[in-house]
Amino acid sequence: MGKKILLEHINVPGIETFDVYRKQGGYTAVEKAIKTMTPDEVVEEVKKSGVRGRGGAGFPMGMKWSFLAKPEGVPRYLVCNADESEPGTFKDHYLMKHIPHLLIEGMIVSSFALGANKSFIYVRGELMYVIYILERAIEEAKAKGFLGKNILGSGYDLELIVQPGGGAYICGEETALLESLEGKRGNPRNKPPFPAVKGLYQSPTVVNNVESIATTPWIINNGGDAYAAVGISRSTGTKLISASGHIKKPGVYEIELGVPVEEFIYSDEWCGGIRDGHYLKAVVAGGSSVPILPANLILKLANNEPRLMTYESLSDGGFQTGTMLGSGGFIVFDETACIVRNTWNFSRFYHHESCGQCSPCREGTGWMEKVLHRIEHGHGHMHDIDLLVDVARKIEGNTICPLGDAAAWPVASAIRHFREEFEWHVTHPQEATQPGAVYKGEMALV
Amino acid sequence: MTETQNTVEFTPERLAKAKEIIARYPEGKQKSALLPLLHVAQEQWGWLSPEVMDYVARMLDIQPIEVYEVATFYTMFHMDPVGKHVIEYCRTGPCCLMGGEEVYAYLKQKLGIDAGETTADGLFTLKEVECLAACGMGPVFQIREKYYTHLTNERVDEIINELSK
Ligand SMILES: NC(=O)C1=CN([C@@H]2O[C@H](COP(=O)(O)OP(=O)(O)OC[C@H]3O[C@@H](n4cnc5c(N)ncnc54)[C@H](O)[C@@H]3O)[C@@H](O)[C@H]2O)C=CC1
Ligand SMILES: Cc1cc2nc3c(=O)[nH]c(=O)nc-3n(C[C@H](O)[C@H](O)[C@H](O)COP(=O)(O)O)c2cc1C
Ligand code: SF4
Ligand code: FES
Repeated sequence: MGKKILLEHINVPGIETFDVYRKQGGYTAVEKAIKTMTPDEVVEEVKKSGVRGRGGAGFPMGMKWSFLAKPEGVPRYLVCNADESEPGTFKDHYLMKHIPHLLIEGMIVSSFALGANKSFIYVRGELMYVIYILERAIEEAKAKGFLGKNILGSGYDLELIVQPGGGAYICGEETALLESLEGKRGNPRNKPPFPAVKGLYQSPTVVNNVESIATTPWIINNGGDAYAAVGISRSTGTKLISASGHIKKPGVYEIELGVPVEEFIYSDEWCGGIRDGHYLKAVVAGGSSVPILPANLILKLANNEPRLMTYESLSDGGFQTGTMLGSGGFIVFDETACIVRNTWNFSRFYHHESCGQCSPCREGTGWMEKVLHRIEHGHGHMHDIDLLVDVARKIEGNTICPLGDAAAWPVASAIRHFREEFEWHVTHPQEATQPGAVYKGEMALV
Repeated sequence: MTETQNTVEFTPERLAKAKEIIARYPEGKQKSALLPLLHVAQEQWGWLSPEVMDYVARMLDIQPIEVYEVATFYTMFHMDPVGKHVIEYCRTGPCCLMGGEEVYAYLKQKLGIDAGETTADGLFTLKEVECLAACGMGPVFQIREKYYTHLTNERVDEIINELSK
């Protein structure tokens, strides 16, 4: 069994209640931090841990905290990003549903470190039942004196507010989230200024992912150095992976960063291998936004060494042969999956979710969806394939927020690695449009 | 658009909840209550009519347009009347890998409607949505707060028959 930092107690019956969570050692980090540490000491431990943002960008959490501006007389905010809407990602949903107090405890420790007295958990509105679970947990913690006024007699006050979203992927982007939290449309803001300087209500704000915040109780209890000892080099600690697609055991797994990708897919401890009678074709390793890789490239690096589940190893080779860890949405495709259809599906998603502020994203996502639809439905031309590459390139890097890149990369990478499959759709429209039809050429088989 | 008359009102419980929500934001930042209030409103009326949106605007002391532009941005809010049960079906990639498209075709055939339509008896409205953060349990749809996971044609039969009673 690998190291467990977040999910160690997930199977304890009743762990969603305060009492059981407390019996398993819960809320000791709040006691330790508030009674024996200064806020700066808490920040210092988080810095030492090396933990990187689990929402996808991987920015070091302690560094972000130390960038928080602290002008006199201006409130500071902590906002937890529980929007979780990246296709293939469902880990935060799982964590909040099963062990809500871990997030609440993390919010208290983190808010204390940042000097925030009002903190928010922004949860995608579809997860209303999870919002009720969190609100119940907050009530329990408040009744026990861990939240509210004068926590544990320390003089520190904290109020936690759970805010529902309204169904918009873009509100996972931190500045769109802040706009939404202010009661507006979710249009991303220009960065800089980063939220750490101008965030919620124009005040200094830290936005962190659910899983990032949930690491803080362990870090405070065990020390930042102990956390940094888990994992490999700059990929410290553990990571929740949401595994879906054609595997035997879809689900959420906590892995120590550094597990070989091959072991993650085939070991019974994790995915349990590809479903019977089928074999691996491709993987999207970090949520729909990251480049798709064919089987040979996801399992091995260019030098033939095994690829590992770390930020560095997954991105090894750049976009030519690599991908990204992203949010850890690990989507597995066996040989029955049609890459063209999946690419069209994802591009429809990005077109649907573009907020429409920048023309390369608004127009480009619509264009890509249309062209992919045409190819998938047997009306494509050979030059459409290069047109897609061209449109993707023109979106990339030319937009306010990275949704544009997120829309471009899946298309560009699918064509890079599975070009023959697109060509086959163009040259064999009749065969390709049969239900369940998949290109069986050499390349797809790797 | 001219503002509508005050023809709608929250139930006493929802009014109390709304006031509690409004009070939790910092002074002067009450507009933050907009999305939560729209959810409460939709829970009561099923959809957001102009009257309802104007009511929420008055409650927050903001312009009606500020409510309309927000309500139309977010896909969870219904701008037209809906059936008793709104089925929000996930159409995104990971669910499709698990047979989501086949089950969806079956569901549409069973209900005899397409996305965006309501059955003649007013029982079901079908909506296509994007990833619901439950991809490991796909195919998935949601009705109000409840997730229905691991869908198959048989599961669809069970669920629809149960809800049709
Ligand atoms: N979890 C999910 O559902 C999804 C996750 N993503 C991920 O989101 C990522 C992009 O997110 P962004 O927030 O745009 O990335 P980013 O790199 O701009 O920022 C990452 C974090 O570091 C902070 N930061 C960076 N530089 C800073 C500085 N100089 N001072 C203060 N703070 C600083 C930002 O405020 C942010 O909180 C993608 O890599 C993708 O993997 C994308 C879609 C969905
Ligand atoms: C289009 C888009 C959607 C995003 N969705 C999410 C999300 O659902 N959850 C999340 O934690 N971060 C999401 N992010 C990343 C956030 O902008 C931000 O980097 C993150 O919340 C910071 O927290 P972390 O440093 O703890 O990861 C998204 C980014 C983009 C560009
Ligand atoms: S890149 Fe797309 S989603 Fe992001 S701000 Fe521009 S239009 Fe909106
Ligand atoms: S793809 Fe359907 S829930 Fe994620």
